[in-house]
Amino acid sequence: MGWIALKMLVGDRAKFLGIVMGLTFAALLITQQGSIFCGLMLRTCGQVSDITGADLWVMDPTVRYIDDVKPMLESNLYRVRGVEGVLWAVPLYKGQARVKISPEVARGRRAAVIEQVILLGLDDSSLIGAPPPYRVLAGNLRDLRLPDAVFVDSERLAKLYPSEDWTRVKKEGKTFYRRFLRRQLEMNDHRAVIVGVCEATRTFQTNPVVYTTYTRAKNYAPQERKILSFVLAGTEPGVSPKVVADRIRAQTGLGAHTASDFAWMTINYYARYTGIPINFGITCFLGFLVGTAIAGQTFYNFTIENIKQFGALKAMGVTNVRIVGMILLQALVVGLLGYGIGVGLAALFGWATQGGELAYFTPWLLLPITACSIVFICVLSSLLSVQRVIRLEPAIVFR
Amino acid sequence: MRVAEERRAPAAVATTGDEAGVEVAVRIRGLGKHFGTGEQRVQALRSIDWDVFTGQLTMIVGPSGCGKTTLLSVIAGILDGDEGEVSIFGEPLDRMSDRARTRFRATNIGFVFQQYNLLPALTAAENAAIPLVIAGWRRDQAVRRASEVLASIGMGKKLANLPSQLSGGQMQRVAIARALVHEPRLLVCDEPTAALDHETGQTVMQLLRDAAVRPDRAVIVVTHDNRVFQFGERIAHMDDGRIVRLEQRAASKPSLSDFSPLL
Ligand SMILES: Nc1ncnc2c1ncn2[C@@H]1O[C@H](COP(=O)(O)OP(=O)(O)O)[C@@H](O)[C@H]1O
Ligand SMILES: [Mg+2]
Repeated sequence: MGWIALKMLVGDRAKFLGIVMGLTFAALLITQQGSIFCGLMLRTCGQVSDITGADLWVMDPTVRYIDDVKPMLESNLYRVRGVEGVLWAVPLYKGQARVKISPEVARGRRAAVIEQVILLGLDDSSLIGAPPPYRVLAGNLRDLRLPDAVFVDSERLAKLYPSEDWTRVKKEGKTFYRRFLRRQLEMNDHRAVIVGVCEATRTFQTNPVVYTTYTRAKNYAPQERKILSFVLAGTEPGVSPKVVADRIRAQTGLGAHTASDFAWMTINYYARYTGIPINFGITCFLGFLVGTAIAGQTFYNFTIENIKQFGALKAMGVTNVRIVGMILLQALVVGLLGYGIGVGLAALFGWATQGGELAYFTPWLLLPITACSIVFICVLSSLLSVQRVIRLEPAIVFR
Repeated sequence: MRVAEERRAPAAVATTGDEAGVEVAVRIRGLGKHFGTGEQRVQALRSIDWDVFTGQLTMIVGPSGCGKTTLLSVIAGILDGDEGEVSIFGEPLDRMSDRARTRFRATNIGFVFQQYNLLPALTAAENAAIPLVIAGWRRDQAVRRASEVLASIGMGKKLANLPSQLSGGQMQRVAIARALVHEPRLLVCDEPTAALDHETGQTVMQLLRDAAVRPDRAVIVVTHDNRVFQFGERIAHMDDGRIVRLEQRAASKPSLSDFSPLL
């Protein structure tokens, strides 16, 4: 009976294409909306996830999210190192600084450029927290150890150099950023030299990110008594980072979270105080509903249109079980086809908008979720229609 | 031809039949059936007692709405009666489970519908093969067998045509091939000529009489088309849910008086 079910499905080309297109649209909508939502989520916690290499973040116990910096005493670094299960612990400075680029340097401009930046000071020797090599667009991370050296992020670099010809980025790609190497900045009356440009996740913080070393950050930052913002720690192999975090909390009274917990804390903070994830979440969920509704409706109609054919098969002695099997097979085939094309289109969409303002990130988990939604909704809608076939008196064939 | 002789219930062999080997295919006792409730209640069948024999073309005739289709549906095991008993070749339909009855239909009953009910996506041969596929035959074998049956009724050139590429008469022939391909012991046809013009209707009835009627098979045709009454060998006249008159005649020599006044 399987081949009969499939022939019924593809028999009417126009109808078949209609169903597949409906399901494709649904899969596209679900994947695309989901990706936008995930992209947005990544933006809220991008500042955490951009700092890689640490298992644990240790901070003042009242810190609620990444921008909620509350400086600690330097001695806390040594206290963290003393906790059992901690393999290493390094300091991280995170704060605001003001960059000044004088007119001679900021080419073609009369007035100096003055911009607020996010200043990150990485541990001098290990550079833990630096962007991974594949995100470095120009320069070399090692050079960060040179005197006055800083890395800047490419996303918001235009704020520092507004008169640069930014239309060339598309054409030149990575090489475009080489022109910024060895350019000079001023922070807190101290000289700084750009030795590298790296990618950074777009966040809701619009300020450029400037990387330097922890020691140098002391000079660039406005005078503060305490500058230890976070302690980044690695845990010993075989020990659960969560357990170590608990120990640090218990022994030092500081806040300690795994990197992903801290990212979630940040997302939750944004959810709670800005409503951005909730609002976008609702929009994306509506997209999901519209997608599934279209998919369900399309397949439901298809089965209902075939109800007389199923009635005839039933009269001729096809059992209900086999009829359900036929309809499920049809649902599975159109579901997977629509899913494949839809997800393909969504990937194409993501690829086309890559590097733009659109937050777009497709975690792999979204793909099985979309697949399940599409197949589930096909099965659900076909079961809704199939129960009409099952309850159908085969006597309708004589009407 | 693979008729399952051994499944026949010997008790069902008619003692009253006037031809040797004729047996009771359908035995109906006190059958009643109504639709709806209250004001809408319609008594479609009223205490029907009737036997249908193999080896002849039995007709159910009567005005529209008198209950012919309802009676045929109960006989075919696709509709339950309210009261009374119906047994097909000795098997009581009313005592079968839904599933058992579906299986019973698959092996024992062939259907011909007024609206053909062919699957539009399947070719003529594939449509005719459906009962064999239901019985578990492989696709290619089923289609080959169905093609033979189609060829035997003059449809050998249309095997690969879709229903949309066939005329009404041709579609009804495919439907008849489908109804016969699995060698059922009972063939039920509801108004098989109602959608056809006079001439095509005659051809279809001839086909039913010549190809379908066999000593071991009962053929029941429901019709209110008096132009085809002549094909009936045994005719049950129905009115208002009752069989009001039974008529027996020699089918091979239809008399002129059987034809409608229009002819
Ligand atoms: N499913 C149904 N629901 C309600 N009434 C029905 C149904 N089927 C048949 N009837 C009624 O039962 C009576 C007999 O119908 P039917 O057997 O179709 O007559 P015929 O085939 O002789 O034209 C009619 O009055 C019809 O309206
Ligand atoms: Mg009728």
